[in-house]
Amino acid sequence: MTTTTHRPQRTPDDVRPPAPGRQVGGGAFTPRQLLTSFPDALRKFDPRHQLRNPVMFVVWVGSVLVTVFAVGDPSGFSIGVAAWLWFTVLFANLAEAVAEGRGKAQAESLRQSKKDAVARRLVDGVEERVPGTELRIGDLVVVEAGEVIPGDGDVVEGIATVDESAITGESAPVIRESGGDRCAVTGGTTVLSDRVVVKISTKPGESFVDRMIALVEGAERQKTPNEIALTILLSTLTIIFLLAVVALQPMAAYSGSVQSVIVLTALLVCLIPTTIGALLSAIGIAGMDRLVQRNVLATSGKAVEAAGDIDTLLLDKTGTITFGNRRATEFVAVGGTTPEELAAAVRLSSLADGTPEGRSIVELCVEKFGLSAEATDHEKTGEFVEFSANTRMSGIDLGDLKVRKGAASAVRAWVAENGGEVSGEVGPVVDEISGQGGTPLVVAEIRGGVASVRGVIRLSDVVKPGMKERFAELRAMGIRTVMVTGDNPLTAKAIANEAGVDDFLAEAKPEDKMALIRREQEGGKLVAMTGDGTNDAPALAQSDVGVAMNTGTSAAKEAGNMVDLDSDPTKLIEIVEIGKQLLITRGALTTFSVANDLAKYFAILPAMFAGIYPQLDQLNIMNLATPQSAILSAVIFNALIIVVLIPLALRGVRYRPSSASALLRRNLLVYGLGGVVTPFAGIWLIDLLVRLIPGIG
Amino acid sequence: MSSTVAGLLQVAVLLAALAVVYRPLGDYMARVFSTAKHTRAEAAVYRVVRVDPDSEQRWGTYAQGVLGFSFVSVVLLYLLQRLQPLLPFDFGRGAVPPGMAFNNAASFVSNTNWQSYVPEVVMGHTVQMVGLTVQNFVSAAVGLAVAMALVRGFIRSKTDRLGNFWVDLVRGTLRILLPMAFLSAIVLIGLGVVMSLRSGVTVVGPDGAEHTIALAPAASQESIKLLGTNGGGIFNANSAHPFENPNSWSNLVEIFLLLVIPVSLTRTFGKLVGNPKQGYVLLGVMGTLWSGMLAVIWWAESTGLRPLEGKETRFGVAGSALFADSTTGTSTGAVNSMHDSYSGLGGGGTLLNMLFGEMTPGGVGTGLYSILVMAIIAMFLAGLMVGRTPEYLGKKLGKREVTAAAVSILAMPTVLLLGVGIALVLPGTSGALNNPGAHGFSEVLYAYASASNNNGSAFAGITVTNDWFQSSLGVCMLLGRFIPIVAVLCLAGSLAAQKKVPESAGTLPTTGPLFATLLGGSVVLVAALTFVPALALGPIAEALL
Repeated sequence: MTTTTHRPQRTPDDVRPPAPGRQVGGGAFTPRQLLTSFPDALRKFDPRHQLRNPVMFVVWVGSVLVTVFAVGDPSGFSIGVAAWLWFTVLFANLAEAVAEGRGKAQAESLRQSKKDAVARRLVDGVEERVPGTELRIGDLVVVEAGEVIPGDGDVVEGIATVDESAITGESAPVIRESGGDRCAVTGGTTVLSDRVVVKISTKPGESFVDRMIALVEGAERQKTPNEIALTILLSTLTIIFLLAVVALQPMAAYSGSVQSVIVLTALLVCLIPTTIGALLSAIGIAGMDRLVQRNVLATSGKAVEAAGDIDTLLLDKTGTITFGNRRATEFVAVGGTTPEELAAAVRLSSLADGTPEGRSIVELCVEKFGLSAEATDHEKTGEFVEFSANTRMSGIDLGDLKVRKGAASAVRAWVAENGGEVSGEVGPVVDEISGQGGTPLVVAEIRGGVASVRGVIRLSDVVKPGMKERFAELRAMGIRTVMVTGDNPLTAKAIANEAGVDDFLAEAKPEDKMALIRREQEGGKLVAMTGDGTNDAPALAQSDVGVAMNTGTSAAKEAGNMVDLDSDPTKLIEIVEIGKQLLITRGALTTFSVANDLAKYFAILPAMFAGIYPQLDQLNIMNLATPQSAILSAVIFNALIIVVLIPLALRGVRYRPSSASALLRRNLLVYGLGGVVTPFAGIWLIDLLVRLIPGIG
Repeated sequence: MSSTVAGLLQVAVLLAALAVVYRPLGDYMARVFSTAKHTRAEAAVYRVVRVDPDSEQRWGTYAQGVLGFSFVSVVLLYLLQRLQPLLPFDFGRGAVPPGMAFNNAASFVSNTNWQSYVPEVVMGHTVQMVGLTVQNFVSAAVGLAVAMALVRGFIRSKTDRLGNFWVDLVRGTLRILLPMAFLSAIVLIGLGVVMSLRSGVTVVGPDGAEHTIALAPAASQESIKLLGTNGGGIFNANSAHPFENPNSWSNLVEIFLLLVIPVSLTRTFGKLVGNPKQGYVLLGVMGTLWSGMLAVIWWAESTGLRPLEGKETRFGVAGSALFADSTTGTSTGAVNSMHDSYSGLGGGGTLLNMLFGEMTPGGVGTGLYSILVMAIIAMFLAGLMVGRTPEYLGKKLGKREVTAAAVSILAMPTVLLLGVGIALVLPGTSGALNNPGAHGFSEVLYAYASASNNNGSAFAGITVTNDWFQSSLGVCMLLGRFIPIVAVLCLAGSLAAQKKVPESAGTLPTTGPLFATLLGGSVVLVAALTFVPALALGPIAEALL
């Protein structure tokens, strides 16, 4: 996983409050988890549970069968095979239980937040107290400071600060107010100040928290389309091997060597793709979990898979590609002013300016001119003139020195008013900056009673660091990025070029966004986007992966199929990577599982038939001690490899954005070739121990 | 000239000839199946059978067409054999027994052409020409039609129409098979293949006794027998018979004929999907496996204890190995040598060629659709490994596609393994075998592999005329043929309904060596994983001895 420098470098531990039980493991896997998940794993021996997974169900039936025969004819070998077949089922159960366990703790604390809140419902202006579970869509409820919001909805009256840490893990309170894009509130969060009236927008049991609980617990996990297709393929392989083993008995009998049910079952279990069969559901759960760890909630696993298939990413310019605010990038001195003089003037005018633009001006002064960001005692005596919509400029009055910066027309007028003359250089500079998509701020001062323009500050969009590399990676993965902005085409083009996006949509209205999505989808492409406003909702619903910001409206959150609790639009890129990683993990482990069979044939076939055709012993290239030790070693390897691969299934295989061919080549090498070689070594090693067991070796 | 050099020269001439016709024939077949125009002869046929040639069919209707046509063919062929005494040119050979008649009908309609009878003793010329030869044409044309329907699934989008089965059948027969068969029959006559309506000639041999030497309209049936990857000989000795295959030149021509359509179809495929490289890569995989198995069989036979046992001296080891590899790799099943006499490894090679599922390069049409199905399975795994919903040629491989491909692939091993398993526990089986132990087992395995894969070649050494073999092998042929066909058409239907996914850098290219390795590896791996236990008890046990 690559990291971007713009992403705040924090771990889930930082963003989550220290409340016990909230912590989700950062993908690490400790042997302790195996132990704590043990009881859950035992419960999964229920055949009804096993039926969900055709491959493991075959193993389960095989275990029962072998146990029956082992009881009838107990020997070290038969008991050994029976035990290890049961271990195979157990390890598969464990994998699933461990994956689920990671979500359980989180679900528990979410339930805490959901504890039956009492709602103050407004009926015709009269308040009545009802349990939160009785609220219906459209009910109006009053929530005051210190109270828990009883259900999801929109603020229709008032403004309040809300603590959403129960959901987002972010302890800083957020403001929610009626109207606009910040009206959505979530049930289970707490109002810290003021009073709001909330209109309920979800049915009880279907609220955000309910969905989140179901999600992290994996309780109602539905198989995703690719998982279903893979299950069909695995079942097909299982059927083929079942047939091959069933037909082997008459063949063996004809050849004069009837095989025992125990040996045939052992062969079957070794051949069917148990490794991937055992880990398949754990991989799916862990994939969702990786999203949750990044504070993203997907409404379905299908959406996570779709994320891996995305062809086109629509990214909003502001806040995603560029910093949310424009920054000062250049000072252009005019009329004989030296750059140093200009810098000193703009620094002075901005020292007390708290706006992001103002701060960026001071930062540029520090960076480029080595000036101090701190005001001297003398400078502190100056009087700051705040920006207002009327004057359209801000500045400082320090003694008889007055400095102003602001919109060109306003500052020119100010200079003229004060009897100064505006240099002819100003016009072209201002035009040039605007033409390039920047915002010109004209700086003027009155010094010693003379008013003059000293220069122009260029404010421009600054592309976040690392974005260009990120887009290049996306391109290598076959994903086209489209920047969406309200800017004019000229400005948009300049920023698009700088950021290295593939395309841009300028002067975009919500309809344009929608049309673009439709157009891409018409051509067979899958589109992902982020959005937060109500007017984004149709486009979010239309897109294949729509990530709504948690700060957004409930309409947006309802329309999208994922919600980002951090409200970080760049996270879309990570979501795509998680989707891909999920599929790759499945594919890689399937390949590994199938490739393993080669070695198992070399172990088991000579063991079965060298008795009648001694020449087949030439196939025993691992030099396994006896037929019994060979078969038992293969069965043990088959079971142990599941445990060995649990961490990989939970973490996901390594993913680096690169071309499809490079990815395939690497994975075929590691998991295909590795899958062929590993069991030869593994079975050989296990046999060295197994042969020591009396009666087997 | 050493026999190895002679053999290599034969291979070189064969490959050169195939290379020459590859493009023109492939492109011609692409035009045949994509043009909107009907010839006058075709229009007449459509009027007679009351088919609207311009109305296209959904996959279900297309499949009904295939199944209906084939069912009627089986019934007619069965009746022809049973009613032989009423037909002209029957030479008093009598009605074919019911079990044999069923087996033959299933065999010729399924393009297997397994022969559980001695042709020159059992079949008169009318059944040969009106029944068997007609099926040689149309069963091959059915394969072509199904392959084209699948290709249309890839190239069309957002439609439920796959073309018209009757049009594809008629065009495949009239525009491709008939003219090619006519030309090649003349070439074969020129090379000395017999063409006669007489039942035989009587000659006095050097021993002074009178001998009857059977004659038949061999050249005309020989050409389509090979072109249509059928393989059913007009004489019992098949292409080892001097009247069917008189010399090494005719031998080379026959090998060319059985390879030419399956090989060129990869060009047709590439042309139709708009990128010839997509066809080259399939050809590369087919060719590599074909060459690999040729090397194995040739080497095994030339280093064996009795290299020429069971082989015609006029073909030698090389000419026999080349024929054996090509006939088992194409589902033809014609033979010019006795596969039963091959060494463990050589015989195992011909067996493995069939167990690959007949796609190296496979039968007419069937080879193309079989390897495409395998490509879908390979691309499904590969697609997962690159982190995208798997796709092939711009079509997503989801639940429906994987299910259809899986059913298609499952059919052959299922009927084969069940057939062998049941045959081995039946008490009559050991009496039907000429050999005990591993070789006897190989004979049974070969028979069911041949039937289930619609190959039709025989290991021989096994008497398959009892009711169990006649009916079970017949059933294997029908299921091995028509389950995959229905699954492939269903697959075509769901592919055609999709829209095409545009290619991007995230798309796995399917034209390079990486894909070829993956596809070839999948073909070998699927066959090996399924059949290694069975092979261990037969050819492997023999070969390691």
